[in-house]
Amino acid sequence: MSSSAIDIKKSLLDAVLAGLLALIVFGPIVGVVLSGYNFNLQFDRVGWLVGAVVIGRFCLSLFLQSPRGERMLYRFETAGSGVHVLPPDHKSRLLWIVPILIVLAVIFPFFASKYLLTVVILGLIYVLLGLGLNIVVGLAGLLDLGFVAFYAIGAYGLALGYQHLGLGFWSVLPLAALMAACAGMLLGFPVLRMHGDYLAIVTLGFGEIIRLVLNNWLSFTGGPNGMSVPSPTFLGLEFGRRAKDGGVPFHEFFGIAYNPNIKFLFIYVVLFLVVMLVLYIKHRLTRMPVGRAWEALREDEIACRSMGLNHVLVKLSAFMIGASTAGLAGVFFASYQGFVNPSSFTFFESALILAIVVLGGMGSTVGVVIAAFVLTVAPELLRSFADYRVLLFGVLMVLMMIWRPRGLIRISRSGFTPRKGVAP
Amino acid sequence: MDGIFLQQLINGLTLGSVYGLIAIGYTMVYGIIGMINFAHGEVYMISAYLSAIALALLAFFGLESFPLLILGTLLFTVCVTGVYGWVIERIAYKPLRNSTRLAPLISAIGMSLILQNYVQISQGARQQGIPTLLDGSFRFAIGDGFVQLTYTKVFILVAAFAGMAALTYIIQRTRLGRMCRATQQDRKMASILGINTDRVISYVFVIGAAMAALAGVLITMNYGTFDFYAGFIIGIKAFTAAVLGGIGSLPGAMLGGIILGVAEAQFSGMVNTDYKDVFSFSLLVLILIFRPQGLLGRPQVAKV
Repeated sequence: MSSSAIDIKKSLLDAVLAGLLALIVFGPIVGVVLSGYNFNLQFDRVGWLVGAVVIGRFCLSLFLQSPRGERMLYRFETAGSGVHVLPPDHKSRLLWIVPILIVLAVIFPFFASKYLLTVVILGLIYVLLGLGLNIVVGLAGLLDLGFVAFYAIGAYGLALGYQHLGLGFWSVLPLAALMAACAGMLLGFPVLRMHGDYLAIVTLGFGEIIRLVLNNWLSFTGGPNGMSVPSPTFLGLEFGRRAKDGGVPFHEFFGIAYNPNIKFLFIYVVLFLVVMLVLYIKHRLTRMPVGRAWEALREDEIACRSMGLNHVLVKLSAFMIGASTAGLAGVFFASYQGFVNPSSFTFFESALILAIVVLGGMGSTVGVVIAAFVLTVAPELLRSFADYRVLLFGVLMVLMMIWRPRGLIRISRSGFTPRKGVAP
Repeated sequence: MDGIFLQQLINGLTLGSVYGLIAIGYTMVYGIIGMINFAHGEVYMISAYLSAIALALLAFFGLESFPLLILGTLLFTVCVTGVYGWVIERIAYKPLRNSTRLAPLISAIGMSLILQNYVQISQGARQQGIPTLLDGSFRFAIGDGFVQLTYTKVFILVAAFAGMAALTYIIQRTRLGRMCRATQQDRKMASILGINTDRVISYVFVIGAAMAALAGVLITMNYGTFDFYAGFIIGIKAFTAAVLGGIGSLPGAMLGGIILGVAEAQFSGMVNTDYKDVFSFSLLVLILIFRPQGLLGRPQVAKV
């Protein structure tokens, strides 16, 4: 922080070097497009990219030499860590937002079109997935790259349960959560004893195993063609125009006009209730001993173990709760789509959920809810950028890790007032 | 049975030697900064594209003879992929040296998504391919069938072992290799002794990328086709190889690669081709559970 003068020569040199590297990197891949055993040249694209890199690097270099940039650089090197502790009697000013959101959510379906309803349902499903993964990655610090496997277990649980056992939406909903938790336990128990990074790769492998089995076991799962999923029912009443087997459909029973959206409305209502429940449970869990243990274990495993925490059990509980949340989300996804096939459960889906957690802030609930909506609803609105969606997620993940590894919204927690008469 | 067994043994050895080459990238990076470089599979994928581009360019300039063609392709691919390795490290990992434990991992996943999508956008999503470069094969009659050893496979085996030998020489005998080993053993001590550890880490990424580039050229020669998604599966397999051999150990990576390649080829020859990826992943899970330090690795001791 000594030299305050801006060294333009250095910036120019940086820019030229970056441009040279960009030319080497982008030149062949972007400039020479393969077609068959031949190629077309597209050097204009390379020119644009290299120009952007040169100008960007020059501006960055200038900025980092300015006082403000130096301050930012300094902040990077001493990355602030941990949880932001608020004063004991702190009342959040955002408390009034929660009732408003609930009211909005209640009146929303009366005005929404079917398309909007489906988009919001998808958003809520990702909120559920994000909350589940947030417990595993954000709170417990276990990087799970095969989270989509538990999602698949929930979705296929409904499809297979209907086909082979005749189970419906309501009986599968708790069962799927249980099954996913059991799968999480089976996978987690041996794996969680190991070094953290291995967990990432094992879960990645597990996710792929599940997908490959679903894809290849034609006689049981229908392979790539997928399986159909029954519509949910309400107290045995179906939502179709006519009920099967001489039953009474929902709209006739209540004497209302038939509405083709009613299935989605129903899913929306149940999903919303489940999301609220999960939010509440998570809110309580972070304040319970087990939640504290998750976060402590994330910050320093060795210290925790020497304090007598059973790290396997603590991690396993996080892993199972996260998995069961994904199982729930899977059931909703399956009944929302009406059918399931393995292509919904690729690694990209895991990466998307991870992006939600990363963007929302590790461990922050509000952040995850917002991020889930932004990352699932935004692509629906920006269809023309669909090709660049994955690229954007990747850039987002790298930038977030460099800029704010703990997410946009910092986790904060109110402190405790020391009681009088007790030694501090 | 013998015919199939031998044929799959040959296939497995070629495949495994290439897995070994990619596994070197994982194992060296893990050894030096203790991080799984998820983007490494994508580096391999990029090198496959680069090799096809180099071949197309060289053929366009009228180069026909096989030795020149393959030499030019190798040189071009290894150099450019090395630059990729350096740039990836500089952008996605270097700023995170002192960050939280999960940050580099997540950044690596982001990088891998970026590379995949970048290639998909610039080269299109369809499968690409190269023509057969080396025709012909040796045939041995065994029992009532025969075993075929194509010249391509012979070339792959020779090239892969030459690459591994060159790397072993660099690591064991040169100044750069000594710096790498010192940094791997104790980064802080190495930097006290005047080694620019940041630069050594960059070199390690370049070496890993160069090895992946060699693998990319060889696999592309063998199979002829590839797409932007090719790095994912091969990346996990190579990682399995690195873990099998003991992560952090160079001979382990090569050994693990060959064992995995042979086991996988035998499995798909004897049991089922559809489930060969499931077999490899299950192997990974089992190794990690029962022998996480691998065949040649040392058990990790957590130091406070």
